[in-house]
Amino acid sequence: MNRTEREAAARRILEQRPPRVPTELYDDVVHRGERVLRRRTAVRRALWLVLLAVTVALAVWVLTVRPWVEPPSQTTPPVSGW
Amino acid sequence: MRERQASRGARRVREFEVFVAGAAGRLLHAATLLTAEAPDDNPRARRLLTLALAHTYACWDRPRGEDPYDRARRHLVTRFAREAWHRHGGPGRARRQSPGTTAALTPQERLVVVLRLYDGMAEEQAAALLGLPADRVRVLCDRAVVALTRPPGTGGTRPRGDAVVSAVSPRPDEGRRR
Repeated sequence: MNRTEREAAARRILEQRPPRVPTELYDDVVHRGERVLRRRTAVRRALWLVLLAVTVALAVWVLTVRPWVEPPSQTTPPVSGW
Repeated sequence: MRERQASRGARRVREFEVFVAGAAGRLLHAATLLTAEAPDDNPRARRLLTLALAHTYACWDRPRGEDPYDRARRHLVTRFAREAWHRHGGPGRARRQSPGTTAALTPQERLVVVLRLYDGMAEEQAAALLGLPADRVRVLCDRAVVALTRPPGTGGTRPRGDAVVSAVSPRPDEGRRR
């Protein structure tokens, strides 16, 4: 037997006795798939919430501390009684 | 908005049902060949197929770059390769006697045979999917063909020098932990 014939024979052996697909398989698949989707949605929502919280916290900090304002000078004493 | 979403959901369910009706038989056969279980008693193959199809369902709305059959098959194959290593693998481990058609083959040979012969995938594509060089895939395929076409009872034990799923598994001692 040459290579092609052997492969064809092996193919025939593989094709023998196909299993029967159980009827409950589809429902099970959809059930699991929906669960995966729900979990993904929940994770996405949580990540957005975290992002929102960080943004709000940063905004509040910026508005209260005002880091761009130059602090008053500490080295030169204010001139008075001149 | 909600209505449109609902109708899209209904269409998606219908499309997916058609896909499963068409592809489940072939994929289950492939999974049963991978696990080397008997066609009428194949809990492992069913589980593999259920998980692969659930993954396909979850990815159904993504832009259609990839054929859903390919995606399901890829998921099935990689999951089997991983499980074969962790649960049944490890070089030198005694093989359990299983009743399926491909019982005489190692898990890696089964992977190659299912992709190359059963599904008719090109050698390079199968090699890329399994993470093996193409030469190695050819050698494994030839060896598996010989083992499959040899009448049962002849030949006896085969040398077991090769790692089971070396491509997908990081360390050789991983499989013996459990």
